[in-house]
Amino acid sequence: MPGPSALIDMQEVTKVYQMGETKVLALDGVSLSIDEGEYVAIVGTSGSGKSTLMNIVGLLDRPTDGVYQIRGHSAGDLTGRQLADLRNREIGFVFQQFNLLARAPAWRQVELPLFYAGIARSASRQRALEALAQVGLADRADHKPEELSGGQQQRVAIARALVNRPGLLLADEPTGALDTRTGEEVMTLFEKLHAEGLTLIIITHDQEVADRARRVITMRDGAIISDTRGAAAAAASGGTNGLREPALAPLPRPAVMEQIGETIHEAV
Amino acid sequence: MKLFRYFPVAFDSIAANKMRASLTMLGIIIGVAAVLTILGIGRGASESILGEVASQGTTRLTISPVTETEGEGAGSPVQTLTMGDVKALADPAFHPDVVEVVPQYAGNLQLVAGSNNSQVRVTGTTAAYADVLRLEMAEGRFLTEEEVTQMNNVIVIGTTVASDLFERTQVVGESVRISGEPYTVVGVLEESGNAGFGSNDESAFIPIGAAHGRVFNVPRYRGEYVVTSISADALSEERVEAAELQIEQTLRLRHGLNEEDDNDFSISTQASLLETIDTVTGTLTLLLSSIAAISLVVGGIGIMNIMLVSVTERTKEIGLRKALGAHTSDVLLQFLIESLVLTLLGGLIGIAISYGAALLVSRIPNFSFDLLIGVDAVLMAVGVSAGCGLVFGLYPAMRATQLDPIEALRYE
Repeated sequence: MPGPSALIDMQEVTKVYQMGETKVLALDGVSLSIDEGEYVAIVGTSGSGKSTLMNIVGLLDRPTDGVYQIRGHSAGDLTGRQLADLRNREIGFVFQQFNLLARAPAWRQVELPLFYAGIARSASRQRALEALAQVGLADRADHKPEELSGGQQQRVAIARALVNRPGLLLADEPTGALDTRTGEEVMTLFEKLHAEGLTLIIITHDQEVADRARRVITMRDGAIISDTRGAAAAAASGGTNGLREPALAPLPRPAVMEQIGETIHEAV
Repeated sequence: MKLFRYFPVAFDSIAANKMRASLTMLGIIIGVAAVLTILGIGRGASESILGEVASQGTTRLTISPVTETEGEGAGSPVQTLTMGDVKALADPAFHPDVVEVVPQYAGNLQLVAGSNNSQVRVTGTTAAYADVLRLEMAEGRFLTEEEVTQMNNVIVIGTTVASDLFERTQVVGESVRISGEPYTVVGVLEESGNAGFGSNDESAFIPIGAAHGRVFNVPRYRGEYVVTSISADALSEERVEAAELQIEQTLRLRHGLNEEDDNDFSISTQASLLETIDTVTGTLTLLLSSIAAISLVVGGIGIMNIMLVSVTERTKEIGLRKALGAHTSDVLLQFLIESLVLTLLGGLIGIAISYGAALLVSRIPNFSFDLLIGVDAVLMAVGVSAGCGLVFGLYPAMRATQLDPIEALRYE
């Protein structure tokens, strides 16, 4: 059960997209609680609703129905400005495609959240350089994205996500565009940051990435079908289990879906 | 100040698309350069004409009869301005601010010399005419007071008249005939040049008595010969108005006008002429500039078009900025300032081009005027181009703010 210290608390969150004439139920009554300092992986096939969940967690999107609280703030009650400020200060985003600005040197990329936080340039440059040093790119501060490798670009993006010292880091397929070795580097960096107290939520369909998390949430058709913690997640990585398998299996039959749905409702 | 930090972002974005940015700016460049150049031409031409008028004396007053408004002679001048008026105005006791009074009686006549003839505007006047109208002589001299009083058959002609009649201009001592009567050429006027304004190249001058008594069939009014106009000089530029009042008083009295009657003459001063010229050139300049300003509007629409393209192209960037905490106002300002920078750069290039044109024109020898581009015109150009940037950048910038960050981030 979510305690008072919960960083993220969702109750029966539903998200419906209007796609032309048809309505798409992207999230179907998701309830979820994540505490400070957790290391969570959210897995699922594409279309399972994991990106929608991340957008709502990241305050980029609002739920159609249900309550979402971050650090006790109810997202539904916040203005666009307040949401922007929370994204700026509380949440760091890392994307699969890095999403760096073309042509800007690394330190300017990292400085961007500080600019939007209204921090003076003299101070923000220093902090940007510190953040770059934190991800091991102190000597690449003046390099532009095209002069950096994929792994380095993703580290710049991580430095940018960290520069405002947020409590929560949201990473959407952070290793998806990287080869195994640089992906490993990035994951090692994430784990170092987690060890320093950062709450980490990684969205992935890479099982190896998910296996490293302390908690794995599996989604399908807009609902959470499993939520395994700590030793369970670790153990799961060792042998086969019924929790992860559905995520990789082809679309299940409706009967199975209902069954799973019930299981989750019981669990919550 | 946070506002200034949007400028490097704008410069980066413009530098990244140099070709596109310069084509976009072209509209503003052409617009600003066209408006400034036309304003410069207008002002230069106006200054040049005004200077020429001023060189003919700013103290001069010209008295002419008004035109008949009804009856048989409607449209022709009333025949009430006479030599009697000239004599009265020459009295310094009543006209302390009037120094010279010069009568003129002018008409078109055929001048003959040998087998050549020429239709010329012949003016009968007095010796002081040359002073009052600041005439310069190329050959010989103007009419003397003696010749005027004695009504001698002497004539002063313009250069065009001289070359028409004699095919040369050194013709002092030659004889021309008016209605069969010979007149001796005593002087040839300096060529006025191509400006044409107040040119005397096609004029001839004879003593007023000769004009009245022999050459023209001049009517009389109350026993005095009628004149076509009277020129007078005021004591100084400051006394022009006073002189005008004194002349008006005398003439009203002499013409027996009651208080409710309108003047049957009009007095024009160089000052009023200058004003008229100023108004005319000003109106022309305004007209031409408005046409040029249309290209500014077209340029502005070009800016809007490209900014819309830019917003669409950078959907992902906008999404990212929003995810990193950019407020709606941050996105708005970023795009507004980008279009502002584009138009300001265009405006500055336009100003540079018009200055280049001005420099070029000033190097052309014998060109009758310079392009005058004032600081006010430059400030206006800067203001207008900045205004264009803000007005035409607003819609694209608002479009940028309306992008949903998730949609924007997903955009490929």
